[in-house]
Amino acid sequence: MEMEQFYYDNKIVKKFIYATILFGVVGMLVGLTLAVMYLFPNITDGISWLSYGRLRPLHTNAVIFAFVGNAFFAGMYYSLQRLLKARMFSDFLSNLHFWGWQLIIVAAAITLPLGYTSSKEYAELEWPIDIAIALIWVVMGINMIGTMLRRRERHLYVAIWFYLATFVTVAVLHIFNNIEIPVSALKSYSVYAGVQDALVQWWYGHNAVAFFLTTPFLGLMYYFIPKVANRPIYSYRLSIIHFWSLIFIYIWAGPHHLLYSALPNWAQNLGVAFSVMLIAPSWGGMINGLLTLRGAWDKVREEPVLKFFVVAITGYGMATFEGPMLSLKNVNAIAHYTDWIIAHVHVGALAWNGFMSFGIIYWLIPRMTKSTLFSKKLANFHFWIGTLGIILYTLPMYVAGFQQASMWKQFNPDGTLTYGNFLETVTAIMPLYWMRAIGGTLYLIGMFTLVYNIIMTVRVGDTIEDELAQAPALQRISSSRLSGEKFHSWLERKPIQLTILATIAILIGGIIQIVPTIMVKSNIPTISSVKPYTPLELEGRDLYIREGCVGCHSQSVRPFRSEVVRYGPQSKAGEFVYDHPFLWGSKRTGPDLLRVGGKYNDNWHFNHFWNPQSTSSGSIMPGYKWLFDNEAMDISLTQKKMQAMITLGVPYSDADVANAQKTLRAQALAIEKSLENDPDYVKSYEASKKKAAETGEKFVPMNEREIVALIAYIQRLGTDIKVKETSK
Amino acid sequence: MFEQIKHNMETISGIEIYPILSLLIFFFFFVGLGFWVFSYKKEKIQEMSEIPLDEGRIIISKDK
Repeated sequence: MEMEQFYYDNKIVKKFIYATILFGVVGMLVGLTLAVMYLFPNITDGISWLSYGRLRPLHTNAVIFAFVGNAFFAGMYYSLQRLLKARMFSDFLSNLHFWGWQLIIVAAAITLPLGYTSSKEYAELEWPIDIAIALIWVVMGINMIGTMLRRRERHLYVAIWFYLATFVTVAVLHIFNNIEIPVSALKSYSVYAGVQDALVQWWYGHNAVAFFLTTPFLGLMYYFIPKVANRPIYSYRLSIIHFWSLIFIYIWAGPHHLLYSALPNWAQNLGVAFSVMLIAPSWGGMINGLLTLRGAWDKVREEPVLKFFVVAITGYGMATFEGPMLSLKNVNAIAHYTDWIIAHVHVGALAWNGFMSFGIIYWLIPRMTKSTLFSKKLANFHFWIGTLGIILYTLPMYVAGFQQASMWKQFNPDGTLTYGNFLETVTAIMPLYWMRAIGGTLYLIGMFTLVYNIIMTVRVGDTIEDELAQAPALQRISSSRLSGEKFHSWLERKPIQLTILATIAILIGGIIQIVPTIMVKSNIPTISSVKPYTPLELEGRDLYIREGCVGCHSQSVRPFRSEVVRYGPQSKAGEFVYDHPFLWGSKRTGPDLLRVGGKYNDNWHFNHFWNPQSTSSGSIMPGYKWLFDNEAMDISLTQKKMQAMITLGVPYSDADVANAQKTLRAQALAIEKSLENDPDYVKSYEASKKKAAETGEKFVPMNEREIVALIAYIQRLGTDIKVKETSK
Repeated sequence: MFEQIKHNMETISGIEIYPILSLLIFFFFFVGLGFWVFSYKKEKIQEMSEIPLDEGRIIISKDK
């Protein structure tokens, strides 16, 4: 048999590992900053790009796409080459993937704090970056499949199937969820509106969890657990069942993020049914991972890497047990919008993704530097402080979620809400927010330990070089099935065909859910009193999006007595037909805003946005002082925005667009006039006018400033339905 | 649950076949998967599961 020599590309693995560590630190630091903002809401007072609403998407994106993404790429580039006994298809593509991805992360780190966001969770990045992501993702795919075509191992190991499914599904999800109409270089509107936008978004959002945080790491699990434990996976048959049933079922479960919303019931129930089913493949996978260590538990005592893996897989098991439970409507009624969900996702992120990544890093770096880990003791310390951090983070959040939900639903005997003021339910859980911040700090300390340990290991060890290896060439055999060869054996040596079949498996669920919602008109009954936003409200809505208000405020009232009494009538699908994008939100750190219009006067909002604590003592909302700056709001794009809306089917007339600036000004002046009802406002307004005159600064009248547009939007919320009810 | 699905989707013609169709898709998907998995020979499974443990012969150059 002819032996061939080749080099494994270790340098690309090294690059991705370093990026993982760097962005892990950044992502977790931003996370901790956010946790601290719950305790000191005005810690970055007046600095727009350090405000909570803008940093939250930075945290989620940094952790998901920068930390976990780079960790997957590192592990994938290492394992794929060895599983295929071949160097990566193209060094150029490997490096293009690496640098392209890091550039995207940098672009995200700049644009998100500046307020350029589409507001759809985990898909916040604006359209040019979306296009870059799609291109770089395809580069990775070509490189992966190219390597498979040059392999020296006939059979494609199951880890590779998970990598392939990740590549295909993330591409499909990313493209369909980000179809938008650009209005400028960094502003676009989702082509879907309201209910449809929500469904597509959560089909994406749920499967981003499935195919960016789960399947790639399952692939890594199937490679690194056997590798580190030096024994094959517990059951290879189970891994095959795990793969096909997981990718087939996962894709259906998205609507469980929209239970009790205005989404049609059939879609909600479909989501619930599939979410419950998901427990089977998920636990199959978990058991397969853990049982690989049967008879080798002594190694777990000795080897910190295995400790990390065991807690990671356990975390995966906990999160995937909890997921189906949270999808049950009765459990969801309590957990949704609360910190319970924050606990749930952090079990996944901190334990499953974080610990899996740490284990892989601790194992790979000594191997690649041909040395041993600088300090096993420190790695053990990292393990224990990390585990403690996870517990201290998640347990208080479970309690907080449960406590707050119970308070939201508590009634007095006379039928009024016991905690009618939303704020009471927030101040009650402040001690738990403190504990969460402490837990997060512990986890971060662990991360810094890793940084130190890895730096020292690299300094002591050899430079990381490509590794020379030798393997027999793969004999050419017919691409069609050999006599006596079974279908699956044939399929499992044909990467392209395998990819196509996996694609079909994931498309079935997506098509059955999404196509009817978009095609069937009767799914969204129209409400005649619901009218498009005025130009000023449209601009105000874009400010709401820019500031990330959706991170803390929902716009979706569920059909519960406790919510109807607190917020007003439940949401109806027809209310959202002009909402590009939808802004239902997923967390209520503050109250729901769907029906807030008209609840307070303009002055209240004015004062509240300047200093929330002045109107609501003890509030943890930060002030939005930059909206009041002595600068005119940018309204140069208003007409273009309306044109884009017309393209998407919003019924603005030509006259509406032509008169946009006039209508906008008139409405803004009306709000300015209403603000003058407050003598305090008049006093301070006159004072600032005088001050500007003294310094010779140009004074921008209030009606031209951003705050007025935001007030206009807030005051519009939910009023269309009220009109209908009073006119009846 | 079934009532709600029917109620909302009555507007599609031929909708009655959907639940039967989905049941069939599911049934055959998992039956097929079962056949797939259990038709492997034991040695083949063994061989495949050992792929991660073999990464070719690593050659360490002498000057190191």
